[in-house]
Amino acid sequence: MSTTTITTESGTVLEKGAIGQSIPRKEDKRLVQGQGVFFDDVRRHGTGYVHFVRSPYAHAKIVSIDVSAALALEGVYGTITGDEVAIHTDPFFEMSTPPGANIKDYALAVGKVRFQGEPVAAVCAATRELARDAAELVEVEYDPLDVLVDPEASAADEVVLHEEAGSNVVWSGVFDWGDVDQALAEADHVVKIKRLHFHRFSSTPLECSGALVEYQRGTGQWTLYCNHQMPGVGAIWMAPALRCGIDKLRFVTQDIGGAFGNKICLHPYYVVLCLLARKLGRPVQWTEWRTDQHMANAHGNERTFLDVEVAVRSDGTMTGFKVKALDDCGAFPRYEPLGCIIWAQVTPGCYAWRNIRVDFTQVCTNKAPVSPNRGYSRMQHLWLTERIIDIVAAELGLDPVEVRKRNYVKAEQMPYETPNGCVYDSGDYARSLDIALELIGYDGLEQRRKDAEARGKLLGFGIGSTLDSGTNNFGQSQMLNPDLQFSGNNEAATVKLDIFGEVVVTIGTVPQGQGHETTASQVVADIIGCSPEQVHVRPGYDTWFNSNVGLSGTYASQFAVTGLGAVKGASELLRDEMIKLAAFVLQAPEDQIELADGMARIKDGPEEAALPFMALGAIVNANNAFLPPDFNPTLNHRYVFRPYFGPVDLEQKMGKLTLTYASQIHACLVEIDPETGQTEIVDYAAVDDCGVRIHPQIVEGQVHGATAHAIGAALHEDFVYDEDGTLLTPNFYDYHVPHAMDMPPLKTGHVESPSPVSPLGAKGMGEGGGGGIHAVCAAIQDALRSAGAPIVYDSCNPSHRVWAMLQDAESTRALVEVTSR
Amino acid sequence: MPPETAKTISVEINGELYEREVDARRLLVHFIRDDLGLTGTHIGCDTGNCGACTIQFDGLAIKSCMMLAVQADGAKLGTVEGLAGDGALTPLQQSFSDHHALQCGYCTPGMLMSASYLLEQNPHPTEEEIRKALQGNICRCTGYVNIVEAVKAVGEAR
Repeated sequence: MSTTTITTESGTVLEKGAIGQSIPRKEDKRLVQGQGVFFDDVRRHGTGYVHFVRSPYAHAKIVSIDVSAALALEGVYGTITGDEVAIHTDPFFEMSTPPGANIKDYALAVGKVRFQGEPVAAVCAATRELARDAAELVEVEYDPLDVLVDPEASAADEVVLHEEAGSNVVWSGVFDWGDVDQALAEADHVVKIKRLHFHRFSSTPLECSGALVEYQRGTGQWTLYCNHQMPGVGAIWMAPALRCGIDKLRFVTQDIGGAFGNKICLHPYYVVLCLLARKLGRPVQWTEWRTDQHMANAHGNERTFLDVEVAVRSDGTMTGFKVKALDDCGAFPRYEPLGCIIWAQVTPGCYAWRNIRVDFTQVCTNKAPVSPNRGYSRMQHLWLTERIIDIVAAELGLDPVEVRKRNYVKAEQMPYETPNGCVYDSGDYARSLDIALELIGYDGLEQRRKDAEARGKLLGFGIGSTLDSGTNNFGQSQMLNPDLQFSGNNEAATVKLDIFGEVVVTIGTVPQGQGHETTASQVVADIIGCSPEQVHVRPGYDTWFNSNVGLSGTYASQFAVTGLGAVKGASELLRDEMIKLAAFVLQAPEDQIELADGMARIKDGPEEAALPFMALGAIVNANNAFLPPDFNPTLNHRYVFRPYFGPVDLEQKMGKLTLTYASQIHACLVEIDPETGQTEIVDYAAVDDCGVRIHPQIVEGQVHGATAHAIGAALHEDFVYDEDGTLLTPNFYDYHVPHAMDMPPLKTGHVESPSPVSPLGAKGMGEGGGGGIHAVCAAIQDALRSAGAPIVYDSCNPSHRVWAMLQDAESTRALVEVTSR
Repeated sequence: MPPETAKTISVEINGELYEREVDARRLLVHFIRDDLGLTGTHIGCDTGNCGACTIQFDGLAIKSCMMLAVQADGAKLGTVEGLAGDGALTPLQQSFSDHHALQCGYCTPGMLMSASYLLEQNPHPTEEEIRKALQGNICRCTGYVNIVEAVKAVGEAR
């Protein structure tokens, strides 16, 4: 059951109009009839189907590859191996400075394999089944090497994955703001936490990755019908590797079956498809298998936090902390070095902490490469801040609600500058928390604890307070590597009025379920004065739309700001020109023209003094002889929205790293069976504040989805490796994502603190910040208080781990030490 | 004589009869999608867990990735394309849209087939019964909240 509490702080931007209404989604009609077009639905005559030959070893030298038996099979069109890839392509560019910069990453393994499931060759054949059979016939001889699955062992460099880099360390750096040593010296209590571990999981979109790729020999042009969620960056990776201009890569998407960040690092596979399409002179198609996706596509960052020290005053105010963070990016860093700095967007979490030092190191291991995953890099760090709050509260006997309210950034401090120069634009965390507490019936907590006890259960209460920082400033990448030529952010859109009055919109974003067609139509409709039904937003993305910029895509919680900012800008240009044109035709002053109900008319004028959109579209496009030579309207506008961030201080690692900060305050109650460690969520509330809500139903849907991901991660979802680097959870049997029966009833509420810095007052909010992980961890720790008060030290707590904590609270208690003076 | 590796089958889908020669090893879902072009039925896993490929098979909701096409010889199948006749949405399809029970829409055809089957068997299901009936269908976008609401609303409106 979903309960919505309306707690609007101030009205939406427009008093009437489409913005702010949950209008029917434009996408739905085709999708509920099975008429969506996902990449795997695209058919081309003569297509060859591709299957990848993958390494069974986590770390091994490739001695030889023999494809002859596969090629001999009737219906096999061709093969490709790492050696060919090394001849025909250049390694992908690396973002890091050395040692990471020296890693050589090709589309297929060259010389050695570094994780189980790494593709070493590909086979293309007449059918999917045949390609799979032929792949079985490829003989690969391996010489196994020592395997690294533990990031701490990896940091010791006794075994090195990338010889050319000379070290497993990709990047390391110290972030030091305020004066944490002084804060610790002046503190009344210092709470030390030796080790916390944020585990590996991913959002595992239901549609696996893939593409159909065509090559046109005459122009050297590839077209990829695909599900890449950030084609801009895909092309930046692929074009230099393929030794072609970026204009030779045309990405096309329509419907995408979820992505959540996991479809950003598809370039190695796509390069192989491009090479095969060119080599074989036919369209090639690859659909990833679920097991392959789990083994080899994209995991979320695993991060270990060591030697945390928190400075606490006697009244419960925390003044800062220091920590060593060890990030495990798997076998190849790819997008990942960015994870080394992206967490800094939310350095103090929701708290007014001024002294923070993070000693950050990222290493490679023989596990699947990681990539952005919903809540990317910030979620790990926010889990740390929430663990700090709850561990400190438990050890010093502070109330988890009071201690949060004492330490939260206050509504009256907004906009709030963090110690590293980020600006939290708006929000009211304490109020959001109050609403969440009311929704779960916090007042009756102690009674419910007793009721649960009477049934032999342990009841626990937990809060997760998080931020979803959106619209990132790519300038922060220069903290990683000052030579990187990325900074700022932008997005494009086009809006035109066509000959029969059709309003046609294209967007640079790549929707995967977020309803961009619908929300874009709301914005256009309100600006040019028509209904959203009159606005046709072309589904999906196409490089040839001319509505994209360098890093177009859907990622980093930014569509409501950058995507809709571009739509708004283009619509305003169109509106202004429509008014000009109508004023000319109707011989009236421009300020007397109004656009409404699909018409341009004279305000308070006679009824016939009105031009339907069709008339305007027809005049410009087909009937324009009477327009004077110095008046040349096009009714076709492209706008690039660019937020202003200002420069980043690379020395101090300070600056505006993101534009908007949506907040999520979650609260939950769990019941644990002490016999089995089984945890059940019995009450759950999520309160979101993303500023102006363009389409409240879509916003709430994102909250539900992010919560489900977080609950799955907190209780079940874990990419577990054995010591040989074998993934033990390579499919939906072993990797348990929440099913309908696993999900508790969710109660939702919201606060609306409009953003003063975004074009519509809206903030990106789709990632959600992982509030559920933090809330569930806190609730489990609270439930186990009476059972020796173990410390919840891992972000994933399936029954067996909870049971282990019940059996041996002491060993987890040894992770914490309090010094008071 | 080598063993037979292909067979001609005849299947009725959404009221239309299809006769095709099909590889004995071909999965029913690949037959439906690749051979017949009915791409509304989706594939989300390779272990039978996700339910994106759910169809109706002689009146039962089944996962079409867990059967071979040749096993469907002579059967009557229903896929998502057959739910709404001439473009008019069924109450369940309309309810999915009204309640925002879909985001990316990838699990939706399977969800609709499982939920349609439930509503045929049990016209007024409780929330618990709905959740149980949808156990075999994974959605990664919605947390199931609005899907359950959408199905419940159809039951209540009857």
